[in-house]
Amino acid sequence: MARVRSWVSGAMAAAVGLSLAGCSSTGGKRAEDRAARAAAVGKAAVNTPKWKFAMVTHSGDGDTFWDIVQKGSQQAAAKDNITFLYSHSEEGQQQAQLVQTAIDQKVDGLIVTLAKPDSMKAVVAKAEKAGIPVITVNSGSEVSKKFGALTHIGQDETIAGEAVGNELNKRGRKRALCVLHEQGNVGHEQRCAGARKTFHGKLQNIYVDGTNMPDVQSSIEAKLQADQSIDSVVTLGAPFADAAVQAKDTAGSKAEIDTFDLNAKVADALQKGTLGFAVDQQPYLQGYEAVDLLWLYKYNRNVLGGGLPVLTGPQVITKQDASALADYTKRGTR
Amino acid sequence: MSATLEAPDERLLRPSLLRRLLGRPELGSVVGAVAVFVFFSVVAESFLRPSSLSTVLYAASTLGIMAVPVALLMIGGEFDLSAGVMVTSSALVSSMFSYQMTANVWVGVVVSLLVTLALGVFNGFMLTRTKLPSFIITLGTFLMLTGLNLGFTKLISGTVSTKSIGDMEGFPSARKVFASQLTIGDVNLKVTLLWWAALIAVATWVLLRTRAGNWIFAVGGNDDAARAVGVPVVKTRIGLYMGVAFAAWISGQHLLFSYDAVQSGEGVGNELTYIIAAVIGGCLITGGYGSAIGSAIGAFIFGMTNKGIVYAEWNPDWFKFFLGAMLLLAALLNAWVRKRAEASR
Repeated sequence: MARVRSWVSGAMAAAVGLSLAGCSSTGGKRAEDRAARAAAVGKAAVNTPKWKFAMVTHSGDGDTFWDIVQKGSQQAAAKDNITFLYSHSEEGQQQAQLVQTAIDQKVDGLIVTLAKPDSMKAVVAKAEKAGIPVITVNSGSEVSKKFGALTHIGQDETIAGEAVGNELNKRGRKRALCVLHEQGNVGHEQRCAGARKTFHGKLQNIYVDGTNMPDVQSSIEAKLQADQSIDSVVTLGAPFADAAVQAKDTAGSKAEIDTFDLNAKVADALQKGTLGFAVDQQPYLQGYEAVDLLWLYKYNRNVLGGGLPVLTGPQVITKQDASALADYTKRGTR
Repeated sequence: MSATLEAPDERLLRPSLLRRLLGRPELGSVVGAVAVFVFFSVVAESFLRPSSLSTVLYAASTLGIMAVPVALLMIGGEFDLSAGVMVTSSALVSSMFSYQMTANVWVGVVVSLLVTLALGVFNGFMLTRTKLPSFIITLGTFLMLTGLNLGFTKLISGTVSTKSIGDMEGFPSARKVFASQLTIGDVNLKVTLLWWAALIAVATWVLLRTRAGNWIFAVGGNDDAARAVGVPVVKTRIGLYMGVAFAAWISGQHLLFSYDAVQSGEGVGNELTYIIAAVIGGCLITGGYGSAIGSAIGAFIFGMTNKGIVYAEWNPDWFKFFLGAMLLLAALLNAWVRKRAEASR
């Protein structure tokens, strides 16, 4: 045991020594601190009672997108004097159980996603029976009203796809590739289908394994080699855009890479011109608006949307817009 | 003159050479690989282009780097279900350490090596101490690492992916080592191929030419018997897990330096792919039998199938089905050839 301990302390000493000896004068945490943005820490702007709102999503672990949604919710919650609870599960049944626990906690408002509407139907009805107002976000615009939700906030995936098709036309593209990183995701299929609808050229689908980045890259590479007439590649998530860029370089293709969603790297690549455009559905807005609209409903019985979904996207972002957004993507709110 | 004298000798040698060849665990997978290769050469016209083959090789190498130590571990009779996320952990550690300490990225790379090896020691130590099956131990590690990857990343960087370290000192040289490529004409050869080849060579040498290699076979065959003849069973097992950890470190650094930022949720599910590659390559799931070269051929079959389907431009809706069917066929062919080989012996 003593030997193990001396080993561990030796390793730690070596690590500390190394880090002192090998400082980087560029980038890193110090550069971030030097930039010293005033962190957006909100204070309650209202004196309504401290209501408790819960958000239950279909997000998987460690999803960049949902992280931004949460940031929006937290910001609005701080401002509106709300206690905000967040939980998530990819499994429809598990998600429904999480909603049930929120009902058991007697929350004052509920925000849910309806990516798997069938498993959520019963529990949403239960919430309404318990007198809890429900707002749906992101997915489920078709069923939101039917399930009795106040309103739906999100992007219509088909409309977002159509925006991509139009943008591709504008750029004179003829043959495009739609890269789906989750096989069987309804929203993903809708995006590609929407793009296919408005795009005058030919659009093909390709499925890649989203949890394995080298596989994403080599699959796109293989596709570009197999079909050299492809002149644009559309990835459905920001992290995959970079892999597509590298695949294109390796395959020696001249295709333009475009993507759904935004992050710091995408904003950077848009400025550099390695990416053509990004379609943002503004996840921050989905989280922020959901909390804020629930607050408005509790405080003033306001409902937004007039029975139609409140759309947060698609916003097509190109080189010109990207520089203005870079700072916001770096702090993780765009 | 001497050639004519040697001719009869060679003829005499041939049967023993053939027999030796038939006894090799990777024979079946070689036949499988040839079959898959011929199949896609016929079905997909772009498959045989040099640039396409380099893509297939890249796909095989990223998987093969992990399949080598996983095969050794399986020969030693154990599994490692944490191998997939360990790759991500390794990348996260070096990225976040460099970033938070504003250190030269090489410092992070070294720290990550120490941390990853420690994870391997943890797996091996827990296994040999508790005598629980490796399935349970490494499943525990798998879940813990998945949580730690996410928890720490969010705690430290505030988001679920790491910050870019692309502008930090040491990055260009580290990228050369872990993620560079050599372009000859329109063919890109990735540095992962070198790492892969080196790992295969070292692993083959260890297995066939050293005492440790005998220990691995002995431990996987029957560990009580091995212990009785003086094989250091505990040390061998811990060493095997450290081997997996070392390869996870290489893969993790490749992941980090290819894309300069890492997503914390990646890697889940890849551990199965490594095991599949080892099994297609002739490793027995029960241990005691297999080879490092076999795992490489297994990885190559997987890479060929995976990318060949794309080159063949089949309807992507059926992609996973094709993949499964091809792998099953390759494995069946593998098993059939081995059985024939053993029968003719």
